[in-house]
Amino acid sequence: MRGLEYHGILRADGPIVIAEHRENVGFSELVSLRDRTGEDRLGKVVDISEQAIAVQLFSENTGISIDGSWIEYLEKPLTFRVGDGIVGRIFNGLGEPIDGYPPIMSSDLRDINGSPINPSARVYPRDFIQTGISAIDGMNTLIRGQKLPIFSGNGLPHNRLAAQIVRQAKVLSGESQFAIVFAGMGIKYDVARFFIDSFEKSGVLARVVMFLSLADSPSIERLVTPRTALTAAEYLAYEKNMHVLVVMTDMTNYCEALREVSAARNEVPSRKGYPGYLYSDLASLYERAGKIEGCEGSITQLPILSMPNDDISHPIPDLTGYITEGQIVLERDLSQRGIYPPIAGLPSLSRLMKDGIGEGMTREDHRDLAAQLFSAYAYVRSVRDLAAIIGEEELSDRDKVFLGFGDRFEREFLAQGEFENRSIEQTLDLGWKMLSILPESELVRIPPKLIEKYLPRAAEPEAKE
Amino acid sequence: MSAGSITRISGPVIYAQGLEDAGLYDVVKVGKAGLIGEIIKLKGDLATIQIYEDNTLMRVSEPVECLHRPLSVALGPGLIGSIYDGIQRPLPVLKSLSGAFLAPGLAGEPLDTQKKWHFVPAIKEGDPIAPGTAFGIIKETDSIVHRLIFDSLVPACTAATVAPEGDYTISATLVKSSDGKEYTAMSYWPVRTPRTFKEKQVTHEPLVTGLRVIDVLFPIAKGGSAAVPGGFGTGKTMTQHAIAKWCDADIIVYIGCGERGNEMTEVLTEFPTLIDPRTGRSLMERTVLIANTSNMPVAAREVSIYTGITIAEYYRDMGYHVAVMADSTSRWAEALRELSGRLEEMPAEEGFPAYLPTRLAEFYERGGMVTTLESKKGSVTIIGAVSPPGGDFSEPVTQHTKRFVRCFWALDRDLANARHYPAISWNDSYSEYTEDLIAYWDAIDPSWDTLRSRTMEILKKERRLADIVRLIGPDALPDEQRLILLTADMIKNGFLQQSSFDKVDMYCAPPKQTLLLTCILTFHELAENAIKSGSPLLKISALPIREKLIRLKSSLENEKVQEGQAVIQEIRTAFARLGAAQGAVSA
Repeated sequence: MRGLEYHGILRADGPIVIAEHRENVGFSELVSLRDRTGEDRLGKVVDISEQAIAVQLFSENTGISIDGSWIEYLEKPLTFRVGDGIVGRIFNGLGEPIDGYPPIMSSDLRDINGSPINPSARVYPRDFIQTGISAIDGMNTLIRGQKLPIFSGNGLPHNRLAAQIVRQAKVLSGESQFAIVFAGMGIKYDVARFFIDSFEKSGVLARVVMFLSLADSPSIERLVTPRTALTAAEYLAYEKNMHVLVVMTDMTNYCEALREVSAARNEVPSRKGYPGYLYSDLASLYERAGKIEGCEGSITQLPILSMPNDDISHPIPDLTGYITEGQIVLERDLSQRGIYPPIAGLPSLSRLMKDGIGEGMTREDHRDLAAQLFSAYAYVRSVRDLAAIIGEEELSDRDKVFLGFGDRFEREFLAQGEFENRSIEQTLDLGWKMLSILPESELVRIPPKLIEKYLPRAAEPEAKE
Repeated sequence: MSAGSITRISGPVIYAQGLEDAGLYDVVKVGKAGLIGEIIKLKGDLATIQIYEDNTLMRVSEPVECLHRPLSVALGPGLIGSIYDGIQRPLPVLKSLSGAFLAPGLAGEPLDTQKKWHFVPAIKEGDPIAPGTAFGIIKETDSIVHRLIFDSLVPACTAATVAPEGDYTISATLVKSSDGKEYTAMSYWPVRTPRTFKEKQVTHEPLVTGLRVIDVLFPIAKGGSAAVPGGFGTGKTMTQHAIAKWCDADIIVYIGCGERGNEMTEVLTEFPTLIDPRTGRSLMERTVLIANTSNMPVAAREVSIYTGITIAEYYRDMGYHVAVMADSTSRWAEALRELSGRLEEMPAEEGFPAYLPTRLAEFYERGGMVTTLESKKGSVTIIGAVSPPGGDFSEPVTQHTKRFVRCFWALDRDLANARHYPAISWNDSYSEYTEDLIAYWDAIDPSWDTLRSRTMEILKKERRLADIVRLIGPDALPDEQRLILLTADMIKNGFLQQSSFDKVDMYCAPPKQTLLLTCILTFHELAENAIKSGSPLLKISALPIREKLIRLKSSLENEKVQEGQAVIQEIRTAFARLGAAQGAVSA
């Protein structure tokens, strides 16, 4: 009961504490555990039987003793206090302010687990977001209300890319209120600092809500961080009618924490020791993106995850890809060749692109142009494989043309400056310029009338290169 | 009603004791909130229950009530066009109760109890009643006539009273039997029990999907079963959407099982605007949606598959051809795994329970072409998506599914990367229905079987040649072999690849399918001859007719397929000219 502390626990094992059964304790209820030094820790009830209660702590467990601990059951799930004042503030993973300013003045507490959105109340996302990055706008368009993760690897410039997207993202059909929610899970202080500085430089810091659970905070806190952040995002989007962009980094650290807790609870593991419910658990985060009926606002998610050993079939990127609406994959090879952003042409995908582009939204030729670029670039990849074996000289003339296309496509279309902001027209025109390298008869994915209208004619000098 | 109490709570699994006379798979109401659950295990006085809703703050010793009946779905007019969650709660009604977010403990009538339907009796007083007797019809939508049929749970007797033709709600008594029972337009059926029929039939009729790669290369029969496995982003959902839109089934049951919320919204926004080419009505008028998205409770995900298939069987029993899209069966299997883990059962492969293959077999066997109790012909075709981790088909769900389906449409990562959709691989896919369907295609185009075997042959040869090309380059091959590469390329771009955005190409009628192939293979045949008589391949590939053939799929409309004969003539003329020019050179 609230205000009542029970003395003593039965067992302490990693993040799991077993206490004697008490009446009136609810499943998932928030628990406060005071150790022998008087320090309070939060946890939640994960299993109750008639004999005992299992509590999973959100903080580290050093110094918890059997007889010196006191447990209080708080009769509510873990909540986050929402109010107008949260924008511009910095919180820890549990939602407590850590920027030295006073607590949020509001009596509005929200369960951080949220509730699933009723599928029939969703609004299908269609608004194109211009990020100013050709590889995204042209090939893997970001849509308002989408969840589009960045699959990266250690040492790749995913943070710079995310910062650039935050800096440049805008919707063509007029402006409206926006906010950025940033959840940092297990990231280093410098990474957090980089984002703060970059938000500050682009003048959006006053619109950012930050949740930081840095690498030195207890790993279990990372399980709560994205949920607190998404609770803030839902409040801003669905009650304050803002367009919220949620950046969550690094999801891999989140999953590691989940595995740690699962192992501590002796659960049957599935692939690579991750729990069988990793998919459902990730879905309970990612599915909190979207738009709902009768509400102006939206939540767009940009989770960042580093693929362990650059392996896209590792359970974390794999299950993420099954839930999210596409993925932006960064490629080490491109990065090593000095191409920024190193967005891999082929494995990247935006599932919502098909309904957010075309006439009236971007331009009539967008869809066919992108399909042709993908198809041609896929062929380039197979030609490169061939060239690696038989040498470039042995290639047929057609294949040599494609090889040239591939190089220029990467150097001119994919690559761009970190502060270069291309409009969608520039991106599409650039795409056509790339296609003009190829013989017109190769452009079978594009209807002839669009070729007629948009393809730059061979009279241009650079076509002879 | 026997009341018990909760003794342990472990996520969605609850242990309770004191439930008198409870049976396996009985529905229970758990806790003060009255959350719906199902008994999945009994041991002495202890019952293990899986609950279908979020149970935050539920406490030990809260009451549990057993309803002494298995989980059932309500069947009757009004199902078509509805969207339900996994345990058949109508989502629009829940929306009016709790807003855009789903709250636990909500209930809603699955069928509209206020709406009046026009009932036309089919029996009169004194007529015998037996399972399979149709007692009336209701026009549910402009294209669906809802036959009210006594199911096998109804004892044989005679009709005491029959309501006259008129407008009734689904709760109004329509027939009173001589043994005092009352029957309405609505009935219940337990979801885990297959509905009864007279006998299963062998099927010789294809489910025409309008997707060329399926209909010609890997066809599926009505009443058949198919699996669509593929890694993420290879287009499982897009393929299922395309089939749901254009296949020639009368009714579609689309089960979104543990997938994205936005995908269901897409169906909900897109289907009402699309017109069924056969009935001229909106596609939503033949569709039932079950949406249990990935963030909704996991136990309800497990049952959503059964809810969907029971509704499908219900319409089958009226003599309709129903197609069930299950997207995705892997999420369903994962729900089984998660619940099995909570029950601390001994896991088999990759943590999946040992009874996974049994459950898969039971599910797929609920499809089929049957003679209904009323002696009509109806079918349920099951198309299940499979999401193998890492796109690796050797994992348990794909492997076990393969044992119970006769059609396997493997989605290929490389094709998807090149945005070749549908990304159905011609190397790894197969269909065991091909032989059974020859008779049907003979009526449309007798050359179908030859066309498909020649196409497969060219694609197979191309695969072998591609291996060589990868080592030594295409220039080293003789012209005949390079022609294979060229034709294979035409087949891929001009036939197999199909755009779901192109108005003409999105649906391809069977006569156009064979025509496109005939054109390409005619080109191939003439090119072979031309090469034999000395024309270089370079000239053949430069023929403008080649590009025209590749574009034919989106330039020739389904209704104008007879114009295709002119195209074949054009091919012949082009080669005749080429031959003449070659003749002049050699002379």
